[in-house]
Order: sequence, then structure tokens, then C-alpha cells
Amino acid sequence: MADLYTVNKSPFEKNSLENAIRFSGEGASVLLIEDGVYGAMAGTAVSDLVASATGRKFHVLRADLKARGISEDRLIDGVELVDYAGFVDLVVSHDKVQAWL
Amino acid sequence: MSDVKKFMYLNRRAPYGTIYAWESLEVVLIGAAFDQEVSLMFVDDGVFQLVKGSDTSESDMKNFTPTYRTLGDYGVRHMYVDKTSLEAHGLTQDDLIEVAWEDWESEEEVDNIVEVLDSEELAEKLGESDVVFSF
Repeated sequence: MADLYTVNKSPFEKNSLENAIRFSGEGASVLLIEDGVYGAMAGTAVSDLVASATGRKFHVLRADLKARGISEDRLIDGVELVDYAGFVDLVVSHDKVQAWL
Repeated sequence: MSDVKKFMYLNRRAPYGTIYAWESLEVVLIGAAFDQEVSLMFVDDGVFQLVKGSDTSESDMKNFTPTYRTLGDYGVRHMYVDKTSLEAHGLTQDDLIEVAWEDWESEEEVDNIVEVLDSEELAEKLGESDVVFSF
């Protein structure tokens, strides 16, 4: 079992995503929520953070993505979309949750 | 009004995650009501404020993207977007909303006051402003 890392800050403004990835081990999951969802966008100056991280599963909360007008086809390949129920499933299927603010 | 000042609202935060974007909008609407010359600038994560297609139905937040579209009606004459930030955020002008402007007296019309400018042009606009409000 591994931990679930939640990241809620814009990767353009803070290094929360970068460090959550750095401290997360292989097999960990990262869930992008709130302004953290921008980290899941392809074709940006920070896309490589997620695109080049191996051995970790990335998820993005659909409600927060939609609120920001970012369509699903803009996501980096391999990032999985979850709804609120999916968020709960991730929480219960991991050892614990680490919130990276 | 003899001494109209040039107000520039500088927006550098993403919408929804923090209150900055919404607060900026509120202050812009107040400033415009006082017949000042009001311009907005969007830099860094601020460019995300103008992304079209926002749908907040699933997150239960107020969708304030439509409010930006009405800014022309409130007398906002210019909305400048930083080209460098737009590119770094994987966006083009096609991803952004359009805001129309019309002068009721002269009937002068502009279809879209959202303008993408380079750093030098933006620096000039900031320099010309009498006051810069940062959000």
C-alpha cells in the first residue's frame, strides 16, 4: 500500500506539486484538486513535472477542472479523471492521505 | 469630471482557488462606476481568469466568467493579456473569452477589447497608468 498525495496549488505559482512528486515513492498516487488541476494540463511550461514522473499514478478532480474551463482533451496522457466519489475511493484505497498545500 | 485618472488592475492569480480574482472584479466594477478610465491586465496565472468554457455546476461555486463579458458595458475599455504568460500556460487567444465594448453616446464599437501584448507593450501600459491595483 502507498500514500495518496493531494496537491491544491497552482504549479506555476508554488512548488507543491514538484515536491509532492519528489517525496512520493514509486506506487504512490497524486490527486490534483483546486488550482492544482493546472498541473495536469499538457503543453504548458510545467507539464513535464507530471509527464516525466514515472511509477506514480496521477488523478485530477473533474469538478475543479471543469470550473476552470479546462477540457479533458487538454490533459497529459495517463492522467485519470475522478469525480467526488472517485476521490473517496482513492482515500480509502491508500494507507493515508498527505495534503501538499 | 475634469480629472479622470487611469486605473490599471493587475491580475496575477488563478480564478476559484483563492478569492483574489473575484475581489478584483468587485473593485473593478466599483471603480468603473466612478467614471474613471479603467483597464485590466492579466499576467501569470491571471490569464486563467479569461479561459472560456467554465462550468461550475459540479463544484457548486458561483461561475463568475460571465461577469468578465459584461465589463465592457461597465466602461472597462481595455483588457490586456501577457503573451509570455499565455504561452507558458499552454493557451492561445482562441481559448479566451471575448468582451465587447460600445460607447452609448458616440456609438463607437469594439468587438473584442481583450488584447494580447508583449512585455514591452505591457510595461508601457503600466507606466502610463496613474494607479496600479494588484490582485
